[in-house]
Amino acid sequence: MLHRTTSTFVNETPSRRGFLLGSAAVGSGLLIGFVSPKATLAGEVPLVPLKPVAPFSAYLKIGADNSVTVYSGQFDMGQGSYNGVATLLAEELGCDWSGIKVVGAASNVPAYGNLTQGGALQITGGSTSMATSFDRYRVAGATAREMLKQAAAEAWKVAASEIKVEKGVLSHASGKSAPFGEFAAKAAALAPPANVKLKDPKDWTLIGNDTLKRFDSTEKTNGTQDYTIDVKLPGMLTAVPIHPPLFGATVKSFDAGKAKAIKGVVDVVPMGRGLAVVADHMWSALKAREQVSVVWDDSKADKRSSPDLVSEYRDLAKKPGAAVARNDGDVEAALKSAVKVVEATFEFPYLAHAALEPLNAVARMNDNGTLEIWGGHQLPDIYQAVAAQIAGITPDKVIMHVMKTGGGFGRRAVMDADIIAEVVATAKALNFKAPVKMQWTREDDMRGGRYRPMYVHAMKAGLDKDGKIIAWKDTIVGQSIIGDTILAPMLVQNGVDATSVEGSANLPYAIPNLRVDLTTTKVGATVLWWRAVGSTHTAYCAEVFMDELAEAAGKDPIDYRLSMLQAHPRHAGVLKLAAEKAGWSKPAAPGRFRGVAVAEAFNSYVAHIVEISLDKGEIKVERVVCAVDCGVPINPDIIRQQMEGGIGFGIGAVMKSQITLDKGQVVEGNFDGYDVLRINEMPAVEVHIVPSREHPSGVGEPGVAPIGPALANAVYAATRKRMRVLPFTRPENA
Amino acid sequence: MLDFSLNGRKQTVDVDGEMPLLWLIRDTIGLTGTKFGCGQALCGACTVMVNGVATRSCQTQVKDVAGAEVTTIEGVSGKVAEAVQKAWVNLDVPQCGYCHSGQIVSAVALLNDNKKPTDADIDAAMSGNLCRCSTYPRIRAAIHQASQTLEG
Ligand code: FES
Ligand code: FES
Repeated sequence: MLHRTTSTFVNETPSRRGFLLGSAAVGSGLLIGFVSPKATLAGEVPLVPLKPVAPFSAYLKIGADNSVTVYSGQFDMGQGSYNGVATLLAEELGCDWSGIKVVGAASNVPAYGNLTQGGALQITGGSTSMATSFDRYRVAGATAREMLKQAAAEAWKVAASEIKVEKGVLSHASGKSAPFGEFAAKAAALAPPANVKLKDPKDWTLIGNDTLKRFDSTEKTNGTQDYTIDVKLPGMLTAVPIHPPLFGATVKSFDAGKAKAIKGVVDVVPMGRGLAVVADHMWSALKAREQVSVVWDDSKADKRSSPDLVSEYRDLAKKPGAAVARNDGDVEAALKSAVKVVEATFEFPYLAHAALEPLNAVARMNDNGTLEIWGGHQLPDIYQAVAAQIAGITPDKVIMHVMKTGGGFGRRAVMDADIIAEVVATAKALNFKAPVKMQWTREDDMRGGRYRPMYVHAMKAGLDKDGKIIAWKDTIVGQSIIGDTILAPMLVQNGVDATSVEGSANLPYAIPNLRVDLTTTKVGATVLWWRAVGSTHTAYCAEVFMDELAEAAGKDPIDYRLSMLQAHPRHAGVLKLAAEKAGWSKPAAPGRFRGVAVAEAFNSYVAHIVEISLDKGEIKVERVVCAVDCGVPINPDIIRQQMEGGIGFGIGAVMKSQITLDKGQVVEGNFDGYDVLRINEMPAVEVHIVPSREHPSGVGEPGVAPIGPALANAVYAATRKRMRVLPFTRPENA
Repeated sequence: MLDFSLNGRKQTVDVDGEMPLLWLIRDTIGLTGTKFGCGQALCGACTVMVNGVATRSCQTQVKDVAGAEVTTIEGVSGKVAEAVQKAWVNLDVPQCGYCHSGQIVSAVALLNDNKKPTDADIDAAMSGNLCRCSTYPRIRAAIHQASQTLEG
């Protein structure tokens, strides 16, 4: 049953309750024609209005034993969305915090469709979990509370308005009291009331409460948290893939004779873009895989190497872009009149997500014709549809079990449902005779594609005699994330994929002549959103280049930025807060060097000040002071976790990580070649959260955006070298 | 046939001696707390103790643990393990949590040998345990906290 409510939005300005386009989420909006070109470039789209859904069964269940189970439509890959969703619901419900259990839910679009993305598809992405859940889960909690009160009122023959709710107990002045469990079944059968009133923010006890603990720390500390890799079903087989060594190659023929002779091996079957080796467990599957010989048809494969691509991209970046993402004023004329012109070209490698749990999924066809799928379902509706199509059944017969995953960083949100398609195709090739777990190894995961694309940016700016920026030009060359998906015809507008230019086309600085060009390339290696998406390269270029311009103008880099951020108080706010907390006005301690950067990603604003030292010429990242404005801070400690995590993730990437192609083949296969941050390289992190009443935005990705440039600017302060080719380990930087 | 002790209980297994201990523990015996992250002794997700020493089970063959005492995350116990696990929960260290079975086994092994590790000791003992969620600041803090508990 649907009903409207009057919720007391903490944010009174609806125009600001938006979402910066980018990330997984973009697609769904497009599916219903939601994203206008204007919205794409302006960067903000309003939330679709909430149509409340009956809370019991969709959002929560209260057991006769008073247990509260919350159903989260937002998937948790470690970022803490389950805590956030439960906080919102419990704040209004009035249950006891300690006993709450949260489980992932799917297959109910009215209840879980992402409201920042048009509401027509369940999606976790673009750091929107809190934005889409803020009203929805508070209204659900408040509605359930009113239904519990109503049920008690009827039994006690008193007015519902006289019933008080505290810590999971209903009580009345007459002395009557009962725990929720006593009236749970009765309440769930009532018609949900409309127009429930939400708490005044000043009465919140859970939202913003810094003492709330994560629900899952105990399971994740004693080994009992189950991930997809831990799913065990009677008779289940384990499959490992054989993927083509080159992107675009296909199987011509294969010989699995030797492999099938190995004990425990069940079959070797064609699947997706290659083969699946199926066995009774992982070790026999892995041994057998070594024995399969495959002849590949690589006539259509891309055989270029990374250096080939880089030189192509660099050439393209010298020319005007094939498409224009933003064009204010007249950049060329302004450059001509400039007193000083500064140019810099930046180069970014492919990056793998390398979540610690390699990709996997489990499928089981049941006797009653239902197909169950266990996995990290970041796009459950799409995965359900793909699974149904491959299995030849209708989507309603596919039951989605949402598992927590060992990280994700974007890799679990794939429009063509790659891992789901593989497991279902494999199970189908075996006539669904047994449940199948498809488990990739690290090498499968790292060489399997879906990278943060390689990019080149050519930057050019002109300063007037006072050092003011009068022209800014950013020419971007790289693959489109959306371009190779089914959404391309709808989402790529005028040749511009919003995820290629976010952070660049909406540069906040007041610059009268500003142009952003984009040339989209085609490469065999497949690409995907990677934590912070476009801002992983756009914010890097913008903020490193800004540092260079501040120096050219002879200005302090923070003052210089602030002089151009008058119309962007939230950028300015985090910049000032970070500066204050890091003691920017005083010189750095002897032997320490500092760098600063600020960026907005997905409607959250983050500034970092990084402090480094040099140990025999080696960079040691000592400390990061972070200021974040993510609207209403819902779980402060989870905000801190995500900033710490984003900082480490970003530092590792810019310093050391790259995926390279050698004649089309991915070189790096494991953590020896693909280097990531380790504990001895992690700085001390201090996080300062801006108090805010703005509609909440996310924290999973935004912390990543400004960390790379802040670090690069600190490195410049120490070494006078601009890190323009990533990662820092590349010889070009020496 | 091969005998060893797993979490204090005798196991007799009949498997290929070259099978990695990781897959024996996970797939044959069915204890899934020990995780697979890289298979090449590069990430630490599969860390167990073999005779008290933190060991990557993905690169340890079953035949090499004959007669040994193997302890997984499910079997860590005693004062040090309790202090470590308590500190981990106290500081909400895990994000995705996938690396933490290995992190905790490594941390327990460290504190068994060294009750008061410095930051440099922690770096040396823990840098083989990757955390892609970068929970490193909290891992460090939790080891120090556990160390204090053990002192006090
Ligand atoms: S799985 Fe053994 S060290 Fe990574
Ligand atoms: S908590 Fe996710 S890998 Fe460590």
